[in-house]
Amino acid sequence: MLQRLRESKSMQGALLALPTTLWLLVLLIIPLFLTLVVSFGQRSPDGNVIYSFTLDNYTRLLGYNTDCPAGQSSCFDPLYVNILWRSLSLAFNTTVIVITLAYPLAYFIARATPKRRNLFLFMVLIPLWTNFVIRVYAWMMLLRKEGAINIALGWLANLFNIPFAPLEMLYTPGAVLVGMVYEFLPFMILPIYTSLEKIDNSLYEAAADLGANAFRTFLRVTLPLSMPGVVAGTILVFIPVMGTFIVSDILGGRQVILVGNLIQRQFLDARDPTFGSAASLILMVMTLIVTYFYTRKFGFGEEIVSA
Amino acid sequence: MTSEFAVELRDVVKRFITPEGNEIAAVDHVTMQIKNGEFFSMLGSSGCGKTTSLRMIAGFEWPTEGEVYIEGKAMGHTPPYQRKVNTVFQSYALFQHMTVFQNVAFGLEMEGVKESEIKQRVGRALEMVQLTGMERRKPKQLSGGQQQRVAVARALVKTPEVLLLDEPLGALDLKLRKEMQLELKALQQQLGITFIYVTHDQEEALTMSDRIAVMSKGRVQQLATPVEIYERPVNKFVADFIGESNFLEGKIKSISKDEAVVHIPALNADIRGMPMARDMVNGEEVIVSIRPEKVRIVESGAKTDGIFKARVMNSVYIGSDTHVYAELDGVRLKVMEQNRISRLDPSSFYNKDQVISLLFLPENTLVLKKD
Repeated sequence: MLQRLRESKSMQGALLALPTTLWLLVLLIIPLFLTLVVSFGQRSPDGNVIYSFTLDNYTRLLGYNTDCPAGQSSCFDPLYVNILWRSLSLAFNTTVIVITLAYPLAYFIARATPKRRNLFLFMVLIPLWTNFVIRVYAWMMLLRKEGAINIALGWLANLFNIPFAPLEMLYTPGAVLVGMVYEFLPFMILPIYTSLEKIDNSLYEAAADLGANAFRTFLRVTLPLSMPGVVAGTILVFIPVMGTFIVSDILGGRQVILVGNLIQRQFLDARDPTFGSAASLILMVMTLIVTYFYTRKFGFGEEIVSA
Repeated sequence: MTSEFAVELRDVVKRFITPEGNEIAAVDHVTMQIKNGEFFSMLGSSGCGKTTSLRMIAGFEWPTEGEVYIEGKAMGHTPPYQRKVNTVFQSYALFQHMTVFQNVAFGLEMEGVKESEIKQRVGRALEMVQLTGMERRKPKQLSGGQQQRVAVARALVKTPEVLLLDEPLGALDLKLRKEMQLELKALQQQLGITFIYVTHDQEEALTMSDRIAVMSKGRVQQLATPVEIYERPVNKFVADFIGESNFLEGKIKSISKDEAVVHIPALNADIRGMPMARDMVNGEEVIVSIRPEKVRIVESGAKTDGIFKARVMNSVYIGSDTHVYAELDGVRLKVMEQNRISRLDPSSFYNKDQVISLLFLPENTLVLKKD
């Protein structure tokens, strides 16, 4: 056995992959399977799962209610579809804004001197030393009615003698968007920086030498060569934003409910794990579909130059 | 052609600040005139200022002082994309995300050339460098030599007045390098455009160039034809850098226009040679230089001027030549002898401690200023 292991590369590989495989099997594959089973079940009046096979949870999610007002056999309720749509569009908007903010910054860092580059990267990473939730609470302190931003604005208004009423910023979709953008910005900056930093300076010189000005060099050389970073960053941002519920919980309150909040509430408040499971699976399928089409078009962020 | 010179550097200085904060002159008052249609090389070891000079012609760097002229026009701070020169980069700098065709077409697209014309001109450029059929490959799918050709085609397709080449063959193996040297030279003659070629390889420079600027420490040491550089080096640096040379220190005893007699204290003898500078005077400390292949080993016994008895320390057979290292009153000399006769007899080689006679002919001996 040991002799064979010493000779066989594939056996060595399998052995190395074993711990992770077990981990994923116990903590991902099996729970996922259980979720699937539960999602087809029914909720008992006391909040337990009755195992059966019904699509009720899914039809309810997609808006086709079974308990309709009297006289109607079926009716459409857009409540959950709206939540799904809101989550999808928020994830999309967040990703677009994050790219727009991260790209210029990553470009700036990549073109700085090596010494300053490290300092800037360090500064990008510093917020990650603090807990995610605490960072979101910090935004609450900034955005609330008596928060830092309103105090500053009030002070400014006072200075110029302009009448000022504190802005209602907290518990709005905008607050959730700001929080999301803030939380996920580093995950876009780093991959874009990495692919920009790899571009040899002589390529910029070659483009200039061949007659391209700075703008055309960017469009034809810099941007295509840094696309792997943008793609990797998009995957790193879009997927978690689709599922997260902390940001919307703290900054959106009851006003901005995302699919993440919906799932959380089904398990904790409403005590309906069957509906929560169905929502989880719908979220997963939606994310997979978007990611599938995205990566089919742009790849997984691997080197586009690979032969 | 508006000017006699394709490129001219007038008293150009380029200073850099090192990361430690010191100021260094990478190029230190360089003046050179590169003629139209010339194959011009800048030769020197790393840090001699050759690449910086080339980059100033390309427009990647701007001179701190002095001026670069292209076709008689002062370049000032003209950006690279507005100069009628193109560069072949040391690392080729090919766009990895583009095909060979797209790489070569890039420069024409930037000029706004019509698509049909681009197709035609790219085709011709690739034909010129023998890459027809490779249009759709990516650079990574090509060998080093082929990538190098793409880089040449990409620059030449723009029909520049001047092609700048920054150690373009440095990454290739020796055999391929020799082939490419001949090809580039043939290409230059066929196109009749000016090539400015940066290299640290003296053989490459001697093989290809019409004229060479030998550079060191940011300055031009000598600017002349390959033959002049090798046969009439102006100073010890050039004599030492190009080829090999034996150097002896001495003092001028008498000097005329064509000949100087130099007393060599180490040998306690006089050597006659050709003075390489006009301003040498009697009593001046000088260096006598003689190339290993120009020392002649003669039959012992002959008693003429310029013959010295030496002891063989070591001899190395290298196929075409035999290198003999001899000692002459404590001075080590290298002598190169061509193996003109095919023989296996080891006694025909020079043995250790054998005494031989060396002849220094005045016309083979150069008297250089001490710098």
